[in-house]
Amino acid sequence: MLSYLLATLTFAGIYAMLALGLNVIWGMTGMINLGLAGFFAVGAYVSALLSILGLPIPLAAIAAMAAAALVGGLLSRLTLKLRGDYLAIVTLGFGEFVRLIAANEIWLTNGSDGISGIPGPFRAELTPFEFNALFAAITVVCVAVAWFLSRRLRISPYGRALRALREDETAAAVAGKPVRRMKVEAFALGAALLGLGGVLYAHFTSYIAPDIFRPLLTIYIFLSLTAGGTGNATGAVVGAVIVMGILEGSRFLEGVIPGLSGAQGAALREMVIGSLLIVIMRLKPSGLLAERPPRMPVQPGTTGSARRRT
Amino acid sequence: MLDLLPQLIVNGIVMGTLLAIPAIGFTAIFAVLRFPNFAVASHATIGAFAGYAANVGLGLPVEVSLVAAFLVAAVVGVLSDEIALRPLRPHGALTTAIASIALTIVLENAVRFIFGNDLRGYDLPLVRDWRIWGVRIGPQQVENLLLALALMSAVFLALRYTRIGKSMRAVADNPALAELKGIDPIMIGRLTVFFGMGLVGAGGMLLGVGTSIDPLTGFRFILPIFAAAVVGGLGSIPGAVLGAMVVGLGEELSLIVLSPSYRSAVGFLAIVIVLTFRPRGLLGERAY
Repeated sequence: MLSYLLATLTFAGIYAMLALGLNVIWGMTGMINLGLAGFFAVGAYVSALLSILGLPIPLAAIAAMAAAALVGGLLSRLTLKLRGDYLAIVTLGFGEFVRLIAANEIWLTNGSDGISGIPGPFRAELTPFEFNALFAAITVVCVAVAWFLSRRLRISPYGRALRALREDETAAAVAGKPVRRMKVEAFALGAALLGLGGVLYAHFTSYIAPDIFRPLLTIYIFLSLTAGGTGNATGAVVGAVIVMGILEGSRFLEGVIPGLSGAQGAALREMVIGSLLIVIMRLKPSGLLAERPPRMPVQPGTTGSARRRT
Repeated sequence: MLDLLPQLIVNGIVMGTLLAIPAIGFTAIFAVLRFPNFAVASHATIGAFAGYAANVGLGLPVEVSLVAAFLVAAVVGVLSDEIALRPLRPHGALTTAIASIALTIVLENAVRFIFGNDLRGYDLPLVRDWRIWGVRIGPQQVENLLLALALMSAVFLALRYTRIGKSMRAVADNPALAELKGIDPIMIGRLTVFFGMGLVGAGGMLLGVGTSIDPLTGFRFILPIFAAAVVGGLGSIPGAVLGAMVVGLGEELSLIVLSPSYRSAVGFLAIVIVLTFRPRGLLGERAY
């Protein structure tokens, strides 16, 4: 049971990482990205393949994040001129495109059979329970770092400029912000976090296949961020934990309702998740922990650091 | 490979005509309500399954089943839109778009809950393909093509000559002015969703008749459907037809250079290429 809780904690952490990534792209900068699953897949596949070739896991992870960032930067560079609704369609298409590659480039990805035997840190030396505990700790640390950096980014001048861009692109451009460059950078940064989510997933489960990267994942993450509060890093993490709780909780729901086949139980769960997202958006469009406007930046030279900590 | 060209062009035209039907539905909803409604994926599936239930369950011929596909998808479209999406519209196009993906997941799984995951095929008479100058074409393909063309003509005539069609175009052009002229935008929105999702459902069935269907059928077709609408220019109905032809022919002609498993990637590539040069699609957009 404890092992199960640790695994659930790890998955919640992975969702939190994805929600943090989406928060940079959508929450802070206001660009839509419905291709989350695609970046998640890029991170997972790159890290899995490199570490199977013998690269140490941390290096493989960094390479995977770089790959996801590169792909994200390229995609946003290609779509710079697009309005939000067009961008939504293009990014959704991108996610499906990645899945298509993963399913068909069998020489590289082993097709729909997936890649198994992905190394995990010290997996051979530890008992399964110890491994779960170690990996949960690693995930929590990664999320904590990403959360901290997101918070720093938000209150930094750069983060303020991103929000300005979200609210009014033209005004930001008039104020002299390099809008195009910042959009590409923010998208790449968010994509790197999405990629890191994939890295954690691949090394924890030791198995990845194209089926894992379905658009349903995108829904889960949007649910996390919307539930927690768009634009708010803490909200992203809290939302991910809530969503994981719903996902796991609804697993028990299947046992309560008699006479369901396996497929029907799974269908019912997904229906519950989808309905919840709609209900939450309806009741609390800005999320449970809505973004509060940050305090005015303190003048340099005053007791800024001390005051900011409060 | 080049001797295959006439065959691929014929297949591409058939495919493009079939794709145009759901693409028209999608783009019409966009023109009037101004958000990309991703729930078309599940409505295509619902249409395909409603048609299947009428065709296999009740033993009705394909033409009649197509009416069932249209009506069921249209009714589900209006009901689900009223419950899930309309209250969200004031919060903006992207909020509504995300909710429409969630709606797709709910509806797709409702189909899975009822019908299961199995592949199902329509009950069609087995007939030999015709051969015309070396090009093979199935009688069913021809019938689907004619049905699609009939639907398309009906849409064009309705938009041009009926009161409802004119009101829809008025709301698409300028909602404020339309309201001033006494057109109820909510009612027009409802009617647009009814006819739009009906077309998506009918299109889902026509696309499914050629192959087998399962709950993911609609999702597999959304990329080409979106691509058709976006390539043509979101919100433009002639654009959707043109875009569907580009995507349909592109998918078939890509077989010369690409493996068949990448067919559905052609839609994505078409979107990226066209939008790079024309960010609002080939025929721009009337709305806005």
